[in-house]
Amino acid sequence: MKAWEWIFESEYTIGILIGGLFGLGARLAMLQTDYRQYPTYPHGRIIHIALGVIAAGLGAVAVPSLLGKDYTAVTFLTLAAQQFRDVRNMERETLTKIDSMELVPRGATYIEGIAMVFEGRNYLVIFTAFMTSLFSILFGWYWGIAAGIGSLMLAHYFKSGKSISAVADVELVPIRIDGPDLYVGDIYIMNVGLEETRQQIAENGLGLIVKPKNKNSRVTIANIGQRQAMLHDISTVLGVYRDTGEPSLIPLAKLDMKDGRLAVFILPQEKDPDKARKVLMKVPLLESAVRMPTEANVQS
Amino acid sequence: MGKIVAIVTTNKEKVAGGAPIFVADNREELEKLAFRLEKIMDCAVHDLLNGDLIVVEHE
Repeated sequence: MKAWEWIFESEYTIGILIGGLFGLGARLAMLQTDYRQYPTYPHGRIIHIALGVIAAGLGAVAVPSLLGKDYTAVTFLTLAAQQFRDVRNMERETLTKIDSMELVPRGATYIEGIAMVFEGRNYLVIFTAFMTSLFSILFGWYWGIAAGIGSLMLAHYFKSGKSISAVADVELVPIRIDGPDLYVGDIYIMNVGLEETRQQIAENGLGLIVKPKNKNSRVTIANIGQRQAMLHDISTVLGVYRDTGEPSLIPLAKLDMKDGRLAVFILPQEKDPDKARKVLMKVPLLESAVRMPTEANVQS
Repeated sequence: MGKIVAIVTTNKEKVAGGAPIFVADNREELEKLAFRLEKIMDCAVHDLLNGDLIVVEHE
């Protein structure tokens, strides 16, 4: 008997192994550090890979315990839920603390969105591991791998949300300074008192207008958290012409209350209007900001 | 809500109240005073278009 053949001795071991591996694979596939640099490298990643291993293990082991008629063992899944809610709290706390040290903060809604994603992805990992392990044990290891690949694709589908481009059009508009008043297109932004600041704004500022596609998206882009997310993302990618103690130089997003258009005024380091437009289109649509007034049953 | 931390004016008769008032002789001095106050107080300067500038602390 070869050394590794013990794996096939027990009918469950192979299932748990494949389930665990696919679960971990799912976590790694969903753990991408992009321009936001979050989770941070390397320790932020290590934390989440470790939690992913735990989630994968839980999902994979749940199947044999169920098949072994050990139904009470399922209660440890509630422990898992508790554990991953704590992950969400941990992420929220960290991000909220970091946020006060940002030149352009993320805002509470964006932070809640990120924290929610961490919790949700761990459940997707449990799901992947559970399905893989279940199919391996019931039908054989090759069906397990097939189920694993299917679950990975499902997890990939649920992984990414929509972006602003799904609900609104973005167009570039010139900024206008009329006396102390600053406008983006025809939308009033703020009052700037000093001539020097006005010059800096004229030199470095960029204006964009976000036009909602329908009634629902009008409410979504009006959400203050969603607006802050736009400003934060643009400032992350294009840099921000700003410093502490300069409250006059502040990126702002203001609404035209008549028709729901949103004027976004930004101060990028890299003044590239087309890039700014592209970045704004790709800003994630925050789950908590989405409203569906048309779904209410008072609409005719 | 913002809070007015100082008023810079060229017309002393037109302003009064709880915030410190700085009087300037002309527009140039007004701007310079407001600029320094902005940097010192970490506040934003706003123009009321009547010859007064207010220094406002935003939240």
